[in-house]
Amino acid sequence: MTQDLVVALVFIVYAMGALITFGTLLTWVERKQAAVMSDRIGANRAYVRIPFTQFKLIWWGLFHGVADGIKMLLKENFTPQSYDRVAYAIAPWVVFTPVLLVFAVVPFGGTLEPGRLVPALAGWFGDRSYPMQIARLDAGLLIVFAFSGLTVIGAMLAGWSSANKFSLLGALRAGSQMISYELVMGLTVLGLVMTFATIDLGAIVQRQSGTVLGVLPAWGIVYQPLGAVLFLTAAIAENKRIPFDLPEAESELIAGYYTEYTSMKMGLFMFAEFIEIAIVGALFTTLFLGGYNLPYMSDAGFAFPGGTTVALPHVAVVLIQLVTFLVKVMLVCSFQILIRWSLPRFRYDQVLRFAWKFMLPVALANLTVTAIVLWSHLKGPL
Amino acid sequence: MKVAYARKRYWNEPTLTLWERSYLPEIIRGLAVTSGVFLRNMGRWITGRKGALTTYYPEEQRADFAPLNRGKHVLTQRPDGRPQCIACNMCATVCPAKVIEIEAGFDPDDVAHPKFPVRFEIDYSRCIFCGLCVEACPEDAIRMAREIPSLPSANRHEMWLGLDELLTWNPQRDVAKPYPPGPTTRRTP
Repeated sequence: MTQDLVVALVFIVYAMGALITFGTLLTWVERKQAAVMSDRIGANRAYVRIPFTQFKLIWWGLFHGVADGIKMLLKENFTPQSYDRVAYAIAPWVVFTPVLLVFAVVPFGGTLEPGRLVPALAGWFGDRSYPMQIARLDAGLLIVFAFSGLTVIGAMLAGWSSANKFSLLGALRAGSQMISYELVMGLTVLGLVMTFATIDLGAIVQRQSGTVLGVLPAWGIVYQPLGAVLFLTAAIAENKRIPFDLPEAESELIAGYYTEYTSMKMGLFMFAEFIEIAIVGALFTTLFLGGYNLPYMSDAGFAFPGGTTVALPHVAVVLIQLVTFLVKVMLVCSFQILIRWSLPRFRYDQVLRFAWKFMLPVALANLTVTAIVLWSHLKGPL
Repeated sequence: MKVAYARKRYWNEPTLTLWERSYLPEIIRGLAVTSGVFLRNMGRWITGRKGALTTYYPEEQRADFAPLNRGKHVLTQRPDGRPQCIACNMCATVCPAKVIEIEAGFDPDDVAHPKFPVRFEIDYSRCIFCGLCVEACPEDAIRMAREIPSLPSANRHEMWLGLDELLTWNPQRDVAKPYPPGPTTRRTP
């Protein structure tokens, strides 16, 4: 019992640490990637000087994230005169908290056996094994949608309570846009759920560990390529990033629903957005890119199509799975940043038309085709 | 009788093909362009070259200033090294940013040019590099060199240059006038 608690605590610390690190790091990645994409150098002037020396650590501008955080914390906390105090105060947290909670059901590694990992603890842990996931819930995907749907409330609360017309317009846009794309996102994932016949994220990742036709890894993107594209599009729209950043369109609405927020309260909105990039990356990796699975690798080691097998110790397997997951998430995040710095913003009517008149029918068609194919096989789930 | 009135059309009708209107292929093409630039620049950075067009300003300076760039001021000198400036204050008067400060001295030994600058200072934190001082000078005593002053500082008082820094005339690069004026420039009536 105590062992379970210890492992759960370790997982929570790891997951929270990974998310916060990703959120901070992505501010830097976004700047640097944008700079490199446009022939620039990017922010590189913040440094930490080693005390009593003239030796400055610049590290390619990594400290700009720290500088931003300190700036946010030290700024004046300006609040508008007429506003709904309670809603105004809790809105950033309503946006920020669900974003962190979504990660609870995302598996970030395979099965962990602490007894085999650290021989010194073998006596205490025995042969207990834990899936590397904070909460192994049957309703995994439902939890994801439930929590990611909550952020709409935060955005609308912020817009409503600020008593500012720009905030209100941003909140209205956020509401209609996020509800539309939430629907599309659910429908795109349904095809995958039918393919794997489960909504437990851990089980979905396990089903992706094999191969299709002997060569291709059995990842969700192989079964549902259209679903993957639609899911990523809807997820970026859900995250309100360019090209779907209408709720906070600077040229039209100043800063949209958080116009009236200052200092770290505004920082929380920004931080939530950056963590949500990582969350979208983690979800996309889990659902469509095989999660922590490397091709041809299982908990025992590698088994290549030619028949060669390489056995690996448990420590190596755990480390490879953790690193694989992080690398995949980072790549998906980087792809999202690539999209953000490549595409111009939609017009508002185009955003909603795109959701209802294009993505929804295509998602439904995808679902229908998946259903027909599965039914014609009549062999149950693949 | 109805007159058919054709309203003049000032705009172009969108002429997108079906392929372009289907949006996704064009998006993929755009992403290919930007990621191509990213990979090219990233490859340059990783192999130790510079993958950006930016100049790190105080550490590096652009080499491609125009030959006639109006940069740092230079005070021309007489053959004995004294400034040609006669402290007439015309440059300071014409200066739109009012950045030139001149303090005149009196030298009774030099009969031709009894006035000379004791102090000649330019505040580069306010100078707009318009070149009017060069135009106004009756003695051709001030010119502007191609190099920029380049005084990045957090303190505006460090952006002043005085006589010591301005008396850097280098006639090899900055065309010298014959001194005293040669026979070709002297006009006979």
